[in-house]
Amino acid sequence: MSNRPVSRRRGLIAATTAVFAARRATADESPWMREQGAPVVNPPYGVPSPFERNVVRRVRTVGKFPTASASGTPLQDLHGIITPNGLHYERHHAGVPKIGPEDHRLLIHGLADRPLIFTMDDILRFPSVSRIHFMECSGNTQEFRDAKPNWTPQDTHGLLSCCEWTGVPLSTLLAEVGVRPSASWILAEGADAAAMTRSIPIEKAWDDAIVAYAQNGERLRPEQGYPLRLFLPGFEGNMSVKWLRRLKLGDQPFQTREETSKYTDLMPDGKARQFTFVMEAKSVITRLAGGQQWRDPGFFEVTGLARSGRGRIRRVDVSTDGGTSWRAASLQEPILSKCLTRFRLPWTWDGGPALLQSRAVDETGYVQPPREALVDVRGVNSYYHFNAMQTWRIAPGGAITNVV
Amino acid sequence: MWFDRLVPAAAIVLAMVPTYADSPRYNLGRTPTAAEIDAWNIDVRADGQGLPPGHGSVEQGRAIFAETCAACHGDKARGGLAEPLTGGFGTLTNPNPVRTVGSYWPYATTLFDFVRRAMPFNAPESLSADQVYAVSAYVLSLNGIVPDDTVLDAANLPRIAMPNRNGFISPDPRPDAPGEPPAESGP
Repeated sequence: MSNRPVSRRRGLIAATTAVFAARRATADESPWMREQGAPVVNPPYGVPSPFERNVVRRVRTVGKFPTASASGTPLQDLHGIITPNGLHYERHHAGVPKIGPEDHRLLIHGLADRPLIFTMDDILRFPSVSRIHFMECSGNTQEFRDAKPNWTPQDTHGLLSCCEWTGVPLSTLLAEVGVRPSASWILAEGADAAAMTRSIPIEKAWDDAIVAYAQNGERLRPEQGYPLRLFLPGFEGNMSVKWLRRLKLGDQPFQTREETSKYTDLMPDGKARQFTFVMEAKSVITRLAGGQQWRDPGFFEVTGLARSGRGRIRRVDVSTDGGTSWRAASLQEPILSKCLTRFRLPWTWDGGPALLQSRAVDETGYVQPPREALVDVRGVNSYYHFNAMQTWRIAPGGAITNVV
Repeated sequence: MWFDRLVPAAAIVLAMVPTYADSPRYNLGRTPTAAEIDAWNIDVRADGQGLPPGHGSVEQGRAIFAETCAACHGDKARGGLAEPLTGGFGTLTNPNPVRTVGSYWPYATTLFDFVRRAMPFNAPESLSADQVYAVSAYVLSLNGIVPDDTVLDAANLPRIAMPNRNGFISPDPRPDAPGEPPAESGP
């Protein structure tokens, strides 16, 4: 920027300004210091700087049904671990319904002593919790079917976000209805046009499931289930049913379409794994990363995001030579369970070719696998839960691409 | 001192207060009416629990499919804008497996449940129970799973043997492919 040639016109303006400036107390050229800025509540709900207008959710592959589609978070443009609400990834199966809170109800029934129906006012009166957790679609990171060298972190890993979620522990609501001993699964149903349903093991309800009505300090965004959603920390995103209207206690899984036809992982022997809920440890470098173009060698901070559905991240190693050697990255606190963890590594790029990788280890000791190790076991048609290491290639000259 | 006696007394009082675990009632919400539950209780399980009264034939389903489903799923459900619902048998170990109702879905009840709640895409929950039975019968007949003279109802739908019924594995066998421990990595 600083070595860009100054145009003749700009030079004249600068010179003219300098003359006036010389008569003032300072020589500052910044026009925004010479006039009042915009007033308050302009707009009432603040929006990002216009200079950040390219930091938006994007659709990787435009589908035939825009209401049954997904958009990714621009991970390469974000900092820290929190995803701004307007940039949380989307995955809808029948669009975003517009539901007024006064019209919404949550019914809990089935194997319950006292079936109950709750208004939003009822839900908001219960004791609440706030927890910071990542959410990720198990279909995130499609490295085989149509992966492209020009993919960015948003394309490869963008169905991943992290927010503070506030709501009522599901265990509180279950205690309120009185769960019968035979209940082992819960059907969660959304109030969208897909009436999205998934079966949730009841152990998850007693553990850390939340019936959430707020994210990052404000009520849920419509795309995230306004006014009420299920949130299952560390589990594949599809199970955290949005626009939650019904929970039904049963003594077996309900075998819905989303846990049979979809969200099952086909193995090379033709058998499919079912009820694979946990998001295993995974990491991705978000800068320096695919789609970025750097020119000048020298110092860089390599940074990225790691997470595990099984608990906390214990360490992240970074390689700049395709996995031949590794260095431990520093982990930014707080390091929370089932939450994004920011890692950083100082690095001096010599201007030559490099292969950047990161490898996460979680508190169970699980190590994120290289791609070949995962493919050896699962083949290339398991589709969901691909958590292998990502590789970015830096070419001489500084162009970075996705290694497919 | 006086609080030496007070502290144990306070502890006894606190111990007598029921914990939330013992008495979890906040007495919020209300008891739903039977009609309220029935209106929302639309799920159908693999054992048939939740299937409504009614019936529908392959022949009736053929007409419904042509009118309400074929625009997306194609003639005879061979696929179009939306995915194919037939074929793909024997492809699950292929490089490009084709997962359809016939080749992949383990339960016929799931077809009924999904059509009932989410289809047709442009007008979900618009089909009657008879129509959902009929269109389910037609899709299953296209896959050769039921004969063309089938009339489906709550009694026979859960008994249909789907070809890939035993094609699913649970519980989750992961972790199955962990990476190498980072023994040699530097500080």
